[in-house]
Amino acid sequence: MHASTQHETSEAAVADKLAEAMQAKAEHQGCGTSGGSGKASCGSSAGQGDLPTEIWEKVKNHPCYSEEAHHHYARMHVAVAPACNIQCNYCNRKYDCANESRPGVVSEKLTPQQAAKKVLAVASTIPQMTVLGIAGPGDPLANPEKTFQTFELINRTAPDIKLCLSTNGLALPDHVDTIAGFNVDHVTITINMVDPEVGAKIYPWVFWKHKRYTGYEAAKLLTDRQMLGLEMLTERGILCKVNSVMIPGINDKHLVEVNRAVKSRGAFLHNIMPLISAPEHGTVFGLNGQRGPTAQELKALQDSCEGEMNMMRHCRQCRADAVGLLGEDRSAEFTTDKIMAMEVNYDLDSRKAYQALVEEERVAKVAAKQEEMEALAGEQSDIKLLVAVATKGSGLINEHFGHAKEFQVWELSTGGAKFVGHRRVDLYCQGGYGEEDSLETIIRAINDCHAVFVAKIGGCPKADLVKAGIEPVDGFAHEFIEKSAITWFKEYLNKVKTGEMEHVVRGDAEIRQGALINAA
Amino acid sequence: MTLKIVASQCTSCSACEPECPNVAIFEKNGTFVIDPKKCTECIGHFDVPQCAAVCPVDDTCVIDNAYPRYQPTA
Ligand code: SF4
Ligand code: SF4
Ligand code: SF4
Repeated sequence: MHASTQHETSEAAVADKLAEAMQAKAEHQGCGTSGGSGKASCGSSAGQGDLPTEIWEKVKNHPCYSEEAHHHYARMHVAVAPACNIQCNYCNRKYDCANESRPGVVSEKLTPQQAAKKVLAVASTIPQMTVLGIAGPGDPLANPEKTFQTFELINRTAPDIKLCLSTNGLALPDHVDTIAGFNVDHVTITINMVDPEVGAKIYPWVFWKHKRYTGYEAAKLLTDRQMLGLEMLTERGILCKVNSVMIPGINDKHLVEVNRAVKSRGAFLHNIMPLISAPEHGTVFGLNGQRGPTAQELKALQDSCEGEMNMMRHCRQCRADAVGLLGEDRSAEFTTDKIMAMEVNYDLDSRKAYQALVEEERVAKVAAKQEEMEALAGEQSDIKLLVAVATKGSGLINEHFGHAKEFQVWELSTGGAKFVGHRRVDLYCQGGYGEEDSLETIIRAINDCHAVFVAKIGGCPKADLVKAGIEPVDGFAHEFIEKSAITWFKEYLNKVKTGEMEHVVRGDAEIRQGALINAA
Repeated sequence: MTLKIVASQCTSCSACEPECPNVAIFEKNGTFVIDPKKCTECIGHFDVPQCAAVCPVDDTCVIDNAYPRYQPTA
């Protein structure tokens, strides 16, 4: 999303933010870096969509797999696995696994016992918490004892919590049977290549069977193990998602091949994420100036893979131990000290009752959307455009422009409204007044959108948005996103038809680099 | 000789600890250290020192010249 020229201007700001984040982190664990988990804020917005029923049953409450579930359910990650067995050029191992978290984030390391207590404490307080993931800070399968001991402790007390883990795949074949034994139904493998020539540019080394391998040999080993692991998982009926990091000039074109390879081996979802890279991350790519993709490049690649299989577009690459509903980080309530002092009483029945209520709500929303779709029937147009939406969740336009930390982006066409991703922005409004710089950052982040839907917006930013060619829309405050967007789109088509306005194609937008920081 | 861990560079990732065939590595005050009395440079076990091979930070598990070279007792 960023035009490369705009990219530079944000670097200084990012450096500051990062320094701030590291500082805050050092001062007290669990400072509010927020966002979804390195993976999720909801994919197939229409719910089940074209997923087979058995898969839908498994993933519908998983905020990392379903765009829709993300409004109602939450996941958490615990950092029990600090070691890693490979090196990626986009990872600085002072920080958490970059495959699973934004670069530059450090999680508090927990023992399996601490982690289990934390999970139970959170799940007792937040009934939406249905998923536990282990994703680092290193590779969970390079720390098999810690990972599986945590699973075992959780399984014993809270059998309703779904377990998932994310891995680089190198050690995966060795652990598939243990994973199957734990009833871990979601595994995420980060696969950036299926061609060792490409891999050699991404992975300087892997450590395998007491030896460090480098270059082509390392990448060959890794890809063989990844493919074998993927096949073994799908053979056993364990759901497999594939993450890929899009690295322009290195694997961007190649990812279409990766998409085919993983699809043919039974992966059910493919999530292509942008490379996040800045010099202050201290990574090889950060230091050698390797850029990340723009929003258009990313979307084009996701679109070209879409015909092949389900693409996941909601990944926000957030930190690995975020707690609470996605986008609403409650980590500060659950620091290790507070948790170890807590009395935890795990109440399975009240959790079940809550979840039944949520299911009803979800069914109602799907029905409401159906009505809107009918309103579009009969319209014919080639126009396809993007709009940004400020939302706190529940599928509503319910966030103030100035309070939004991210925008949802929807693609509108006569085919309906389709969720295509998130754009992170840092808080524009801090203490009631806006800062010019951050407004520019927001405009750059949603520069490819024709309109931005908000619950409320001030006069100044409104004028600046109009100047930038983005229509601020506050007439649908607290209404359903899809319904509102479709209504607006119908009017837009009408205006174009009657010649009242002309449809212009928007430019590209920037992908925000650096960790997402909470202002609180 | 033995290997030592340069404390200022260690990220405390713990990757080295389980790889050591002599259980010479342990955590101390937030970083990992090698017990020079236990370390054999991996001689007799592996071709290369395991801690150095798995460590993500270059030049962090290094030869400690303060100790004489390890002599395998046949
Ligand atoms: S797998 Fe994760 S922790 Fe390991 S090097 Fe890659 S990004 Fe870093
Ligand atoms: S060199 Fe080998 S024996 Fe010595 S500390 Fe490292 S792993 Fe252990
Ligand atoms: S592998 Fe390296 S960085 Fe990790 S704990 Fe051991 S010495 Fe420290």
